[in-house]
Amino acid sequence: MGVIDLTTFAAEVGADGPVTISGLGTRGGPVPEVRCVRAPSGIDWVQPDEMTVACGAATPVDELVAALAEHGQTVALPPGGTVGGALAVGHSDVRRLGYGPVRDVLLQARYVSAAGEVVKAGGPTVKNVSGFDLPRLLVGARGTLGFLGDVIVRTRPLPQHSQWFTRATDDPSATFQLLYKPISVLWDGGAVWALLEGHPTDVAEQAALAGMVACKGPPPLPTGSRRVIPPAAVLACTGRFVAEVGVGIVHHTDPWEPPARDARAAALAAALRHELDPSGRLNPGIDV
Amino acid sequence: MSRSAHAASTIEALAAELRAALPANHVRTGATELGLYERDASNISGAAGIVCFPTSTAEVQACVRAAARHGVPFVARGSGTGLAGGATPLDHALVITLTKMDRVLSVDPVNRLAWVEPGVLNLDLTRQVAHLGLHFAPDPSSQQSCSIGGNVANNSGGPHCLSDGVTAAHILGLEVVLSDGSLVQLGSTEAEPHGLDLRGAFVGSEGMFGIATKVCVRLTQNAPAVRTLLMDFATVDAGAQTVSAIIAAGMVPAALEMMDQLCVQAVEAYIHAGLPTEAAAVLLVEVAGLPHGLEADVARIVEIGTAHGAGTVRIAQDEAERALLWKGRKTAFGAIARIKPNYYLHDTVVPRRMLPEVLRQVYEIVQRHDLLVLNVFHAGDGNLHPLLVFDKREPGVMERVHAAGEEIVRASVAAGGVLSGEHGIGLEKRDFMPLMFGPADLAAQAAMRRAFDPAGIANPFKVLPTAAACGDVQHVPEGAWV
Repeated sequence: MGVIDLTTFAAEVGADGPVTISGLGTRGGPVPEVRCVRAPSGIDWVQPDEMTVACGAATPVDELVAALAEHGQTVALPPGGTVGGALAVGHSDVRRLGYGPVRDVLLQARYVSAAGEVVKAGGPTVKNVSGFDLPRLLVGARGTLGFLGDVIVRTRPLPQHSQWFTRATDDPSATFQLLYKPISVLWDGGAVWALLEGHPTDVAEQAALAGMVACKGPPPLPTGSRRVIPPAAVLACTGRFVAEVGVGIVHHTDPWEPPARDARAAALAAALRHELDPSGRLNPGIDV
Repeated sequence: MSRSAHAASTIEALAAELRAALPANHVRTGATELGLYERDASNISGAAGIVCFPTSTAEVQACVRAAARHGVPFVARGSGTGLAGGATPLDHALVITLTKMDRVLSVDPVNRLAWVEPGVLNLDLTRQVAHLGLHFAPDPSSQQSCSIGGNVANNSGGPHCLSDGVTAAHILGLEVVLSDGSLVQLGSTEAEPHGLDLRGAFVGSEGMFGIATKVCVRLTQNAPAVRTLLMDFATVDAGAQTVSAIIAAGMVPAALEMMDQLCVQAVEAYIHAGLPTEAAAVLLVEVAGLPHGLEADVARIVEIGTAHGAGTVRIAQDEAERALLWKGRKTAFGAIARIKPNYYLHDTVVPRRMLPEVLRQVYEIVQRHDLLVLNVFHAGDGNLHPLLVFDKREPGVMERVHAAGEEIVRASVAAGGVLSGEHGIGLEKRDFMPLMFGPADLAAQAAMRRAFDPAGIANPFKVLPTAAACGDVQHVPEGAWV
């Protein structure tokens, strides 16, 4: 089992001056006009019987997904871009209901700190409570606490069968209640779409129970805003949207400002950033 | 060097202030009661200065503010079932017991969420939502008595966490009292709140980041169908290899537990479930889900087990038989009292494929130290639970128990594993953290702690070895390994 060498990456990040990081630029790209580094890329190892895979942070998600498919597995990261980018941004895709949030995927990360040191967070096994949960803090931190160098992520088995279904309805919760552990339930105000996975007969029976018919997939997701709201508030959505039922993420055509955070929570987040990057040199100007 | 305990006058002044803020009988300083709270379910004792029982968030804030004013550390405590000394108070700390905050505040059956107070017992929550076809997925063996607040503090696991994930995957939001007495909301019912995942950072922080006073939990749908089966093997290796083969075949059973021969024999003598006492190892496998996938998985699991030499395969025919098989697993710790009066339960994780090798080492280590071990563990996620049984009245036995324990931990980490899968670090494994983490790694964890608790009064001296816990003075309590 090889280990990715992070020495060069750490030296590039260094210990002084503003620095930003780029993957494939699919999730916003690097901070403009700041010295830019790239993490190592490539799959280190795949362990199907451990349901884990290790790779450089700049490994494209699609490359990882293709490699895992050879072992009958996949990873619950949104497609496109790099593994590091998907983790740093932390946004799940529409399969979140069944596959869980991105933050549950990361088991171990080695990152380069603001001091230019390689720091290990978490551990290689699927179960681990040794020390504080730094990996969860890194997911969604947009690089402000450290730049991901290499990671060990949890995989999941590819389903035997996977199919989208749809039906017209103005009450998505009725459909939602009928299904057992659907992978995704989407609603646009007039129709509901569900992604069901598993044994083909179970999938067909579930769809029939909910009165749904097979379809190619959900409509394209509006890209005006990705709103995160209490799941109970989904039913009150208006305008043009596709909402993730049971999750509370709404893809809307209109822009949106997230509600102001609890001031004490914002102060805590600022304290964490200050502790881990006192001079604010990592991805300066990025708001988390 | 050991820090002297807080002066009696400080403790008295703090107690007087607490009696003004809480009903007077919720503040206890009697020697008998302090003795009851000097440790958790570990063997590690400390010393409580005061024990108090707040009934509301405001009372918890008052307790914390008073402690902060007097410079006395506080230790949040649920049911005290922790096994790593995480709730053991040191230096006459203030023990803040959350057991009276035990209400389920609200349940959203449609979106499968509930807000609960930290003192709600794990199994009580599941019972209260059972009529909705829901349950709280993490199911530690102590689920009848452990609290949700304790589950949050330790990021607890359990047999059914194999497919559903540990506590961290089931906590959406937290209301937390920080060590300065301020109140903060971390996460909420919203799936992906804007900003850093502070809620994720808090789960598993072993009481060192603050006190959770409200918890928003995710509830899980009960499976439409469940199959529980027992397979026995002539060797431990064959059982362990079956575990890896099941996972590699693309199945994640609801639970995948293993018991070795000594454990099976102890359990069988206790519950008379007709367990195969001649077998070297027994696998308890539970598959849950929709009927067709479930039957296909059961068939494949039986096939894999048989290919690895499974002797008999017993499939529970009804709920009563299923309950009996699980009773065997969950009462293992009670059953061992028939062998020896005391036990020390360990908790490490190794990569699944290393299970045979590490189990061989465990038997060798224990034999060398002239002890007995029963293995009963979450094989599906490589989470070992060697249970050393002994009679502590035997002179010198504790030294042997600790020496063997340390070797087991070292062997697990050397095999590519980790220090703890679900019990946490607490005091028990604090000084083993450098086996897994270097100075820079530990410094980052210490920085997290400082951001949440700059004063360092929330359950100090736990988790982080002393060199990393800047400002904390080394303290070696009674019963610790170090």
